[in-house]
Amino acid sequence: MLQEESDLSLIIAQIVQKLKGSNLYSQLERQAWASLQRPEIKLESLKEDIKEFFKISGWEKKLQNAVYSELSVFPLPSHPAAPPEHLKEPLVYMRKAQGSWEKRILKSLNSMCTELSIPLARKRPVGEQKELLNKWNEMGTDEPDLSLFRPVYAPKDFLEVLINLRNPNYENGDSLSFRTHLGLIQVPLKVKDIPELGALGRSASNKVINKKQNMGPRKQDPNQREGEFPRNDSKEKFQDKGCTTGLKHNNPRLEQEKECFVELGLNIGQLGIDDSTQVPPELFENEHVRIGQKVLAEQDSAAAQQYIRQGSPTALRAELWALILNISSQPEDVLYYEQLKTNVIQHDLLVDSLIYKDVKLTASNDDYYFVFEDYLYQVLLCFSRDTSVLSHFAFNSASPPKSYIRGKLGLEEYAVFYPPNGVIPFHGFSMYVAPLCFLYHEPSKLYQIFREMYVRFFFRLHSISSHPSGIVSLCLLFETLLQTYLPQLFYHLREIGAQPLRISFKWMVRAFSGYLATDQLLLLWDRILGYNSLEILAVLAAAVFAFRAVNLMEVTSLAAAEAVLADLSTLKVMPLLQIFLFATVT
Amino acid sequence: MAGKVKWVTDIEKSVLINNFEKRGWVQVTENEDWNFYWMSVQTIRNVFSVEAGYRLSDDQIVNHFPNHYELTRKDLMVKNIKRYRKELEKEGSPLAEKDENGKYLYLDFVPVTYMLPADYNLFVEEFRKSPSSTWIMKPCGKAQGKGIFLINKLSQIKKWSRDSKTSSFVSQSNKEAYVISLYINNPLLIGGRKFDLRLYVLVSTYRPLRCYMYKLGFCRFCTVKYTPSTSELDNMFVHLTNVAIQKHGDYNHIHGGKWTVSNLRLYLESTRGKEVTSKLFDEIHWIIVQSLKAVAPVMNNDKHCFECYGYDIIIDDKLKPWLIEVNASPSLTSSTANDRILKYNLINDTLNIAVPNGEIPDCKWNKSPPKEVLGNYEILYDEELAQGDGADRELRSRQGQSLGPRAGRSRDSGRAVLTTWK
Repeated sequence: MLQEESDLSLIIAQIVQKLKGSNLYSQLERQAWASLQRPEIKLESLKEDIKEFFKISGWEKKLQNAVYSELSVFPLPSHPAAPPEHLKEPLVYMRKAQGSWEKRILKSLNSMCTELSIPLARKRPVGEQKELLNKWNEMGTDEPDLSLFRPVYAPKDFLEVLINLRNPNYENGDSLSFRTHLGLIQVPLKVKDIPELGALGRSASNKVINKKQNMGPRKQDPNQREGEFPRNDSKEKFQDKGCTTGLKHNNPRLEQEKECFVELGLNIGQLGIDDSTQVPPELFENEHVRIGQKVLAEQDSAAAQQYIRQGSPTALRAELWALILNISSQPEDVLYYEQLKTNVIQHDLLVDSLIYKDVKLTASNDDYYFVFEDYLYQVLLCFSRDTSVLSHFAFNSASPPKSYIRGKLGLEEYAVFYPPNGVIPFHGFSMYVAPLCFLYHEPSKLYQIFREMYVRFFFRLHSISSHPSGIVSLCLLFETLLQTYLPQLFYHLREIGAQPLRISFKWMVRAFSGYLATDQLLLLWDRILGYNSLEILAVLAAAVFAFRAVNLMEVTSLAAAEAVLADLSTLKVMPLLQIFLFATVT
Repeated sequence: MAGKVKWVTDIEKSVLINNFEKRGWVQVTENEDWNFYWMSVQTIRNVFSVEAGYRLSDDQIVNHFPNHYELTRKDLMVKNIKRYRKELEKEGSPLAEKDENGKYLYLDFVPVTYMLPADYNLFVEEFRKSPSSTWIMKPCGKAQGKGIFLINKLSQIKKWSRDSKTSSFVSQSNKEAYVISLYINNPLLIGGRKFDLRLYVLVSTYRPLRCYMYKLGFCRFCTVKYTPSTSELDNMFVHLTNVAIQKHGDYNHIHGGKWTVSNLRLYLESTRGKEVTSKLFDEIHWIIVQSLKAVAPVMNNDKHCFECYGYDIIIDDKLKPWLIEVNASPSLTSSTANDRILKYNLINDTLNIAVPNGEIPDCKWNKSPPKEVLGNYEILYDEELAQGDGADRELRSRQGQSLGPRAGRSRDSGRAVLTTWK
């Protein structure tokens, strides 16, 4: 009890510290000063009156959202004496593996640099700057010679590294048993099984609610709000509407499954299922839209996150995501983006060519995203120069690569992070941005949303860590789900040399972008935001295999298995997930 | 039914031939006894010309209406629509209501167009009213973007008429007739690029009007960023979306510069909202139906005929759709793999509706296929149903939900009270 309290006060202190430096703080201060003019603010009860004013004017809500946002990215609490590396990654062997992977990437980048005699960075001559400025909106028409550039690495290279990960302290003996993990990932990380995936939804939202409760009198307890927003207990509300038939549960373990990703339950309305043409809109969709509009009107991040677990109506999605990610386009943000743009104009970075190459290889050829090619350059080039991204390395197992001013190798005073944001793009990186173009067409807003999505989620997909949403855990989760619930399929695929992870890895690394149809992808990303976790990617990957199991059982080679799973564009994500989580017979 | 369907075609495209063969139909020549003839527009002209004296028997079907050009020639389409509007106005129909500027509220879906040389003076008058406008010159009888150019000065027309073979406007032969339309220089841009919509509409009969819209239409994007700048008026890659033109530019053979209509819908709903998007799609359905109604009275509603049209529609930045033209012979060439699949399925669904059960046709049938065979088509407008009971429910599909209020209007043939439609 005592420990929890002191943990909590530590967290509170850290968040307060963080927010003190933010723009919101100065705005609140200004508002507080301005409010002194108001008649209802009396000297005797100054503190209470100002608090009341904040509540009424919506500023408290903004503060709440900011706190909520910080909580969402806040790393799991650890021992107060733990060194900063532990925040990045508690397990030593993982840290080591990430370190050596980074060395390899850097080596590859440097050798490309030397081979092509291109500097990592150079200042553009004025003429070139002008030209680029003119062409800012159509950089896609530029056809620089990229033939000599290679992507620094591709997902399959990364997979090889993960396959070779070993915990030196772990000895599982030579004898095979039914416990032996048949998959490629051989590290002992704890991953959830289907019943636990169920409890995921419930515990996550409870933890947040408790934290907020304890934050002090200023924060309103969302539980006290009249059941306007769909919470766990409002499951009943939708059960009455009876969208789909429930399952008969004799098995207590399966009972727990009903709590599965709680809100994805069969009894609960989902967008992506219950808005299809056969279902009359009155049953679920209309009400869901109405609630969504209410959530937006209230501007409550926590409520939005809870709401979006059942999917977002297309018209509300852009605003909901912005609310959940706590992005509000202030003039300062636009200015910041313009500043980044100026940086792009003035300096040319080697990674720019990598970005060009990546876009040309992936998004430009994509049926859905080719239209937005130019937006991708505008976002990614600026992203590379954004040093505010460096702060996320505090909880990322990766570290930004360091480079030295020419001739000053090893001298710390001349060390810079390269690229400025510390993130080296790999093959397929631009696909993280592409789907967002369907929602935001204003470059600075698109940029902000992407940046936030990256520092909350996407970075975990290409760094080696033990985090439950990290790619290693996702791979293990995928393999474990498959081995536990589809053992025959898994064994068969393994026998023919088609380890399932070899096929599904690329889906997960890209968060399925470019593999699913866009409307389905957006429904999937709704749930990533809603559950603040990437685990759903592994579950979906397993669900896809389950769906095509019959065909997969008949193939006799890796190539044939790839062919069966080559085209995911017709898949409907939500029914697949529901079937896998709720209707899989153990 | 005895015997297999015997087919002929003078368009050698695999999407057609594969569909015939998969039905087990037998290929014959045009001189033999045939049941189904997929004709080019030249052939249909010959078949139905007065001199030919061709008589089609009850078990013969062709894929064009004899005088389809009333809809598919640019000048005749405009003429028919203008006539239709005037008729409605004379009747006092609420459909023909105008706003305070004299523009039709519901029937203003074709850009201002004049026939050249006949309406030259009228055109000049209009041009002088807004001298900074751009106009687009299109030859009446050509396709694939051939012969099209943009002008923004009267002198450019004069130059063109001088450069063409005839010495004066008056002696222009019918073949070289042009239309000149107000160019929509504020098209809706996505990713900074201009695009148009290609929608397929199947008409099985004009009186009563029964037409179907193919759900899988697509958008054709220009490969180059759009600019209304006058210096780029000559750059056809900026302005003309025809694949025949774009494919000579920076053309990508994987996606072909095409988007599905559902992508467009998703994008618009996400960025503009559901109401305005639904309104846009309603209006698109509306203008297609109105264009068909406009030509229905003059169409030779030969019972041996059906036709699949390619509608070209442009959306401007106020989300208003404009009908640009209707093609009688939409291209069956495939520029990408997806394209091939789409066109194959299009023909497949078309044949399922036009030739029921794939059996030897009897053109006396009521042309009312059961719902199951529609495939990717959905009923756009069925005059018989609209005039009967329960019209609203029949016509309302979830996607064209808004067909409801429109259908209500059409049902009354413009005589009853107009439902205000936001």
